[in-house]
Amino acid sequence: MLASPKSSSGSRPPRRAGGWTEFQRRYAPYIFISPFFVLFFIFGLFPILFNAYLSFQEWQPGTGLGDMKFVGFRNYTDNLTDPTFWLSLKNTGILAVLSGLPQHLLAIPLAFAVYGGLKKLQNLVTAVYFLPYITSIVAISVIFFTLFSWQYGVINAALNALHNVPLIGGLFPAEKINWLGQKEYVQPSIALVVIWRYTGWNMLLYLSGLQAIPKELYEAASVDGATGWQSFRYITLPLLRPIMFVAVTLSLIGGLQLFEEPFILTNGGGGAGQAGLTTIMYMYRTYASYSDAGVAAAMSWLLFLVIGALTLVNNRLFGRSGMAGKD
Amino acid sequence: MRKLLMVSLALVTAAALPTASAQTKKTITIGVFPDLDSVVKAALPGFYKLYPNVTVKVNSLAYADHHTALTTALSTGKGANDVEAVDFGYIAKFAEGNGLVDIAKAPYNASQYRSQFVAFTYPQAMTQDGRMVAMPTDIGPGAMFYRSDMLKKAGVSATSMNQSWESYIANGKKVVAANPGSFLIPDAGEAAQIILRTGLKSGEGLYFDKTGKVLVGPDNARFVRAFTVAKQIRDAKLDARAGSAFSPDWTTAFQKGNLATEFSGAWLVGHMQNWLAKDFSGKWASQNLPGGTFASWGGSFYSIPQQSNNKTEAWNLIKYLTTNSAQQVLAFKTTGAFPALRSAANDAIFNEGVPYLGGQKARVQWRQAALKIQPLDVNRLDPIAEQIVNDSLATVLDGSKDVNTALTEAGRLIARRAR
Repeated sequence: MLASPKSSSGSRPPRRAGGWTEFQRRYAPYIFISPFFVLFFIFGLFPILFNAYLSFQEWQPGTGLGDMKFVGFRNYTDNLTDPTFWLSLKNTGILAVLSGLPQHLLAIPLAFAVYGGLKKLQNLVTAVYFLPYITSIVAISVIFFTLFSWQYGVINAALNALHNVPLIGGLFPAEKINWLGQKEYVQPSIALVVIWRYTGWNMLLYLSGLQAIPKELYEAASVDGATGWQSFRYITLPLLRPIMFVAVTLSLIGGLQLFEEPFILTNGGGGAGQAGLTTIMYMYRTYASYSDAGVAAAMSWLLFLVIGALTLVNNRLFGRSGMAGKD
Repeated sequence: MRKLLMVSLALVTAAALPTASAQTKKTITIGVFPDLDSVVKAALPGFYKLYPNVTVKVNSLAYADHHTALTTALSTGKGANDVEAVDFGYIAKFAEGNGLVDIAKAPYNASQYRSQFVAFTYPQAMTQDGRMVAMPTDIGPGAMFYRSDMLKKAGVSATSMNQSWESYIANGKKVVAANPGSFLIPDAGEAAQIILRTGLKSGEGLYFDKTGKVLVGPDNARFVRAFTVAKQIRDAKLDARAGSAFSPDWTTAFQKGNLATEFSGAWLVGHMQNWLAKDFSGKWASQNLPGGTFASWGGSFYSIPQQSNNKTEAWNLIKYLTTNSAQQVLAFKTTGAFPALRSAANDAIFNEGVPYLGGQKARVQWRQAALKIQPLDVNRLDPIAEQIVNDSLATVLDGSKDVNTALTEAGRLIARRAR
C-alpha cells in the first residue's frame, strides 16, 4: 500500500492506513498462528473431549450418533470388574518391563562404544541400529513370522541344527518350539521384536547425550589418572542422567501403549493364553469387534491414569534429581 | 368421449415419461470390496440395458477399509454410498440401529423373493424384531477338501473318512502316518467351529438362544462335543497349529503340500488354483463335511443406507444383482462366487467338472450342500461371545484347562457382557 506524502509527514496517519497497520500489528499474528490451533482443536483436543464424553455413554458405532445413552460410571466399573481387562494390564506391564529394560541396558553401552571406539563409523553404525525404528511394521511382521514359525521357522531350524552338534547339542531343544502358539513363549517373542525395534532409537538418544558432555571433564579425569571404567562410572553415568530420564519416560509411555508388535505377531488375537493381549489391543478389540465404544473409551482413560501415575512415580524416583542436576 | 380422452392422456403421459426421465439421468454409487467389485463391474452393462437412465459409480475399498468406512458413515450419518456391500461377518453389527433400510417393508418387499434363495441366507440378514437389512448375493457352502493322493497312499477312502468325526480322526491318523511330515488339518480349532455351527435346535443361535440367554457352558452338549473333538485332534498331533485361515503358517503348509484335508467354503478352490496350491492341481478333491454336517463359510450382502437419496435406483440395482439369474451366473463365472439365488445354481455350468479338482463335478455337491445348511440366528453380542469361546478353546487345546472349566469360565464371561 502506498502511503501519501501527507500522511507520512503528518503527525497522525490517515485512519484507513492506520487501521490496517493496527490490524497487522494486533491480529495478524493470531491469523498466522491459527492453522496450528485449528488443527489442534480438530485433531487433538476434540477427539480427547469426545472420548471423555463417550466414556460415560453406551454406544454402538454404526447405529448413528443419536443412539448414545448416558450410563454414568458403568463403563468404568464394567472395565474394573472385567478379568480380561486386568489380564491385559498385567500383560502390558510384563511386556513393558520385559521389552523396556533390555533396550536401555543394551543402548547405553552401545552408545558409549559407538561414541568412544567407532568414531569413523559412527554415522554408519547409528544408521544401521536406527533402521528397525523406521521400518514398516508390516515388513517387520513378515520377517519375524518367518523366523518364529513353528513348523517352517528359521529359529527352530537353527535350534534343531544346533541340537545335532556333538558336545553342545544337549543345550538345545530337540522338539520344535511353538514360539507364538505356546503361552510361555509369546511374551518373550514379542519382547524380542520390541527390543530389536527400539534399541537403536534409545542408542541415538544416549549418543546425543554423550556428545553433550564436555570433553574437558574426561581430560581432567585422565590427568588425575582415572581408568576408563571410572570415567564412565563417575562422569558419563551421572551426566547422562537427564537423557536417561527422557529415554526411560518415553519407553515407559510407549511400553504401556504397546500395540503394533503384539497385534501383528498374534494376528490380533492375543496369542496363546491371551498372553500377548495388551490393554490397547483389548481396547481396540472392544471398539472394533465388540462395537462397544463407551467401554473402550473408558478403558483408554483407565490406561491413561495408569500411565500418568507410573510417569509420576518415575519422575519422583529419578527424574527430579536428574533434571535438577543435584549430583 | 371422456374415456377416450383419459386413454389418450395416459398415452401422452406414457410417451412423455421416458423423455422426461432421460433428461434427468441419475448417478448412484455402490460401495464394494474385492472381488465383489469385479462382479458389479461385470454386471453393469446388463443393468444399463434395463435402466438406461441410471449411471453407477463403483467405489471399491479393501475389505477391512470398506467396512470401517461404512461404520463411520453410519455412525456420523454422512458419506455412505447408495448401495453398500456387507460381508456376512458384519451383518449383525450393522443390523443394530436404524442405519440401513428395512427392505422387508414396502416399496421393497424383499420377502417376496425369499423362496427363490437358499434358505439359510435370509435369516442371516434379519434382525430379531423381523427387520431385513440386506439382500444376499453369494454364499460359501462348506466342503471337506482333501488330497486324493495322500488318502490313496494310506488306503483311506474319502467317504469312509467323512462318515463321522470319529472316523475322520481315526482315518486321519492313518493318512498322517502314511505321509510323513504332513498334517491332517491346519488347526484343530476348525473342527470345533464346524460342530458349533451345526446341529443347532430351531430358534437357537450360536451362543445365545432366542431370549438372549447364554448357551455356552459345560451343560451344553454342542459345546462340550466341539471342544472335545478339537482336543482329540490336537492330542493325536494331527494339526499344524496354523491358527486361522490365511495365517502365514496356514499359507506355507498349503504351498508346501503338507496338508491332507481342509474345511472351507467352495471359494477356497479359487485361492488354491491361483496361488495357494498351484502345484497340486488335480490332487485336491472335494467331499461333504464329516458327520453329515453342513455349514456355511461367509457370504456377501447388499444393503441400502437410510442416508441414500436414490433408494429406488439403489433397490433396482440390488434386485438386478441378486434376483437376476443370468447375472448371478455371470458373477459365478467372474469370481467363482457361489450364487445365493437357487435358480442360478441350476445353470448348466454347475454340472461341469472343476478342472483344478481333477474334473470332479464338485459344484453339484456344493449346490446340494447349500440347500441343507440351516439358518443361524445372529445376535448383536456374537462377536464378543465368539472371541471369548475361541480364547477358551485355545486354553483347552494347549492343555492349560479342561473342557468343563474352560466352558464354565467362558459362559460366565459372556453373561457378564450380555446386558
